[in-house]
Amino acid sequence: MEDRMSNSVGTSVLITHEVGLHARPSVKLTKLAKSFPADVEIALAPDGPWIDAKSIVKVMAAKAPKGTTLHLRAAGERAGEAVAALKALIERDFDEGEDHARSA
Amino acid sequence: MTAHRPESVAAGIVASPGYAEGPLFALDAAASAYQASGSPEREADALTAAIASATESLAALAASTEGEAADMLEFQLAMLSDDALTAPALEAVAAGTSADVAWRAALDAEIAGYAASEDEYFRARSADLTDIRDRVLRALAGTGEEQPPAGTILVGEDITPTRFLSTDWSRGGGIALAAGSVASHAAMLARARGVPMVVGLGAVPPAGSVALLDAERGALDVSPDSSAIARFREAAAAFRARRDAAATYLTRPAATADGTPVRVQVNIADPSDVEAIDIAHCDGVGLMRTEFLFGTVLPDEETQLAAYRKVLEWAQGKPVTIRTVDAGGDKPVPGFTVEEGNPFLGLRGIRLSLARQDVFRVQIRALLRAATAGNLKVMMPMVAVPEEYRQAADLFTEELRALQKAGVAATMPPLGIMVEVPSVAIVPEAFADVGFFSIGSNDLTQYVMAAARDNGRVAALNDVRNPAVLRLIANVATFAADRGIPLSLCGDAGGDPAAIPSLLAAGLRDLSVVPAQLAVAKAAIASARL
Repeated sequence: MEDRMSNSVGTSVLITHEVGLHARPSVKLTKLAKSFPADVEIALAPDGPWIDAKSIVKVMAAKAPKGTTLHLRAAGERAGEAVAALKALIERDFDEGEDHARSA
Repeated sequence: MTAHRPESVAAGIVASPGYAEGPLFALDAAASAYQASGSPEREADALTAAIASATESLAALAASTEGEAADMLEFQLAMLSDDALTAPALEAVAAGTSADVAWRAALDAEIAGYAASEDEYFRARSADLTDIRDRVLRALAGTGEEQPPAGTILVGEDITPTRFLSTDWSRGGGIALAAGSVASHAAMLARARGVPMVVGLGAVPPAGSVALLDAERGALDVSPDSSAIARFREAAAAFRARRDAAATYLTRPAATADGTPVRVQVNIADPSDVEAIDIAHCDGVGLMRTEFLFGTVLPDEETQLAAYRKVLEWAQGKPVTIRTVDAGGDKPVPGFTVEEGNPFLGLRGIRLSLARQDVFRVQIRALLRAATAGNLKVMMPMVAVPEEYRQAADLFTEELRALQKAGVAATMPPLGIMVEVPSVAIVPEAFADVGFFSIGSNDLTQYVMAAARDNGRVAALNDVRNPAVLRLIANVATFAADRGIPLSLCGDAGGDPAAIPSLLAAGLRDLSVVPAQLAVAKAAIASARL
């Protein structure tokens, strides 16, 4: 994965979610990542450590609170599309409505 | 609050209010032993099959569940389906470890990672991982979960969310935990379902006996005598009546029976508390404690700033009164507080903050920066003489100048004081230049009555309705009204329906209560006549 990532497509998004990368947002993020053939990774800093965005165990272990800047990168088939889709999900606050956000 | 606390009573933190009476049922009864085969191949097969079976039962449970509980189960299902979770266990099995030992070790490592988190939300996820661990271990051993009889009080270290969901609550019952967390999924579910739950009880007694769980005050009595049972039933009936009546008051602004409006704010001890409160139901935060930040390490400026901002943003412009750290007394902090023979009369509250300016200035900077994010007010605990307030106010001014010079966004919030040392309540005129007063009725009562609030033997003396305490409160209220200085009360008495009429009569029009008491406080106000 490291080698492929050297030609990766990258971007940065600020998590705007009310509570951070908690259980429900992490489920959505990993599910979406898994829908792409590309390798997709996230990080809390521009220079990593990079985390497999398809593993909820690893994404949750990052313990990213609200207001964290999330970095995304992907490599392989439809990499650009994968990054754009994940970025959009985070920017939409993981599609969490008002009633959901309070207890997520 | 004035009840006698005998030896058989353990005190904890209310995670979900209510009352439960019944036999105890141990959650942590040892699972039946798994018989290892000794062959790595067969162990790997057994573990893989157990994980598949656990996944299947979890999926079935998720399919028959809705809302928050379904989201939680889907999260567990995603975790259990992730190779990153199972790989370390399978590797250990391949190296010769038995399936149950390997799985337990792998999951315990994950659990420890969450348990060590500084964030309460992520800390509370350790219960979800425990749930996953035990589900697979049960599948390995081929045992189901022993179902507690309906109406029992479940006791143990912690409770898993699926355990909560699989329990029959239709005939009452409750949860009493030695550890646990008010932010756990189980606590969230308990509040939603109205199941009484107390966490942080410390040692929890073995199962069997009949017990009383008071999840209004946070107490578990494991061997109550007949008079304790009678008192408990009376309190439980009163609680139910109040809750039913109160539900209709929760969403309305509070006012007395004769139409005088009363502000009702909430006390919060941790920023995550606000997740369970609708800001529309209260007039702001009358007390946000900051001791939670000072658990084991002294918090840095950014950590504090994030915590303060979270609450200010949640409050949507309503006032949030943050109290500077009130360590000392019964709240020691390693590396900060000092050991003293009589800590309630020692170096605590503002005294300690002024003695440890290195620590205090960090908090002051975080508060000054947070003040730009909402309607912040800052109050200092344990002020006894005007000089303490002035010194603290000077530190705020100094730090504000330094921040502005450095180009950091910051602003000066109104600075006020707690009224809890009798010297302030007796001569409030000496404090005419403070921004506001907030009566800390717990400490004021214990200092006026010379009766410690954590000593059951003198609990009857520790009464806010004693005429001496009420006269002092009225003295402050009269002075504050004359000078137009805002005044509120943030002690436990503010949410005690029995004390509310006396507090209103003493002149208070702004009470801050724990969130669980919001509705009952509003109901008690509505039935009071001035």
